[in-house]
Amino acid sequence: MSESPVSESVVRHTLTTTAIMIVFTLVGTLLLVTTFFTTRAPIAESERQSKLKLFEQVLPHAMHDNDLLKDGVLIPAGGDLGNREETLAYRGRLAGQPSAVILEATAPDGYSGDIKLLVAVRADGELVGVRVLAHKETPGLGDYIDIAHSDWIKKNFDGQSLAKTSDEQWKVKKDGGSFDYMSGATITPRAVVKAVHKSLKYFAAHREELFSAAAVEESAHD
Amino acid sequence: MTNREIIENGLWKQNPGVVQLLGMCPTLAVTSTVVNGLSLGLATAFVMAASNASISPIRKYVPGEIRIPVFILIIAALVTVTDLVMHAYVHALHAVLGIFIPLIVTNCIVLARVEAFAAKNDIAPSALDGLMMGLGLAMVLTVLGGMREVIGKGTLLSGLDLAFGPAAKQFVITVVPDYHGFLLAILPPGAFIGLALLIAGRNWVESRKHGASVANVSVASCH
Repeated sequence: MSESPVSESVVRHTLTTTAIMIVFTLVGTLLLVTTFFTTRAPIAESERQSKLKLFEQVLPHAMHDNDLLKDGVLIPAGGDLGNREETLAYRGRLAGQPSAVILEATAPDGYSGDIKLLVAVRADGELVGVRVLAHKETPGLGDYIDIAHSDWIKKNFDGQSLAKTSDEQWKVKKDGGSFDYMSGATITPRAVVKAVHKSLKYFAAHREELFSAAAVEESAHD
Repeated sequence: MTNREIIENGLWKQNPGVVQLLGMCPTLAVTSTVVNGLSLGLATAFVMAASNASISPIRKYVPGEIRIPVFILIIAALVTVTDLVMHAYVHALHAVLGIFIPLIVTNCIVLARVEAFAAKNDIAPSALDGLMMGLGLAMVLTVLGGMREVIGKGTLLSGLDLAFGPAAKQFVITVVPDYHGFLLAILPPGAFIGLALLIAGRNWVESRKHGASVANVSVASCH
């Protein structure tokens, strides 16, 4: 078999093309690495800030004097709380004494997908506040669970507890319970009420270990 | 092509949103409010100007066979940089637009301008073309966002505080007070109907200008 000059030039052409592609890939990678490292600290800081802002909505400053993000406790997936992935709960303390816990709960049965909730429970089992972190409910119908659209979540959950409302009453009024709903969108509040109820029951059952478990720092996680 | 022509093409004659119909994914998905539409539009315009400007000077060194992967690589790198910078400095807005920013890469208007313009022209006109095409798209996204927001929610500029902090909340305009909302406009069908109206409106203006009906059929379109 004779090597024709054509195939030789094809080889050379292929090699040059590959080299050029590699050079561009390297330059691109370099650009990304530089940006990643310069923005890493500001991104971490703004994530921290937005998380703290959310925490403040469910747990006012007056109720804790510790850094919440440094006092997390790991909740493994698939426990009584029903979270599919492991999450962190945050503990609030006043003068060293446990004052409240912020739980991240998921309502898996929203009208369209998961509804993520932040639930703050006082050490005595009373709800301080609940907020929706993320949801995909219908805009204008089911989204009244979001504080940006109505204060439904405030009116119905602030100050609630297992002691004030019996297990059978943890339902929307339509199902014979004691929680408001707006007609046309019952599935959404039903899911939220169920998830908050579950969180309170989880807190009641795991109170001691929640407060005594070793602290996990936010940055150590994920 | 003169600068004037480039500007006219981007903003009106070849407008990516209502004439070329390229970049439908963000056009339909994010335009539920003015602020969302404008923000993503500006981010896209920035990426387009930057990608056109960076591809034009290297166009002679990129062999034809690998030009598409090289172009995509550059666009993807620029988008990722934009994404990271927004995440770091306009965090709240990033939370709203977050999932759409990476999608700028797949927005074919970006690659289309690189391929059709930057690969054949010098750096200054290329950058201008990218910017103007981007602004043309931003314009459509903003108008469409405005239409859907007014009809759907009765407000304008809601969510401005996400970009400029809580102080900007006072700039939110309530167009129709005590409005109960018109869901259709906010949901995806509202985007299709609104875009159709915009295209029809532009065609109407064009046909009046030329005194005859201008057939404006866009055949090729992608998300």
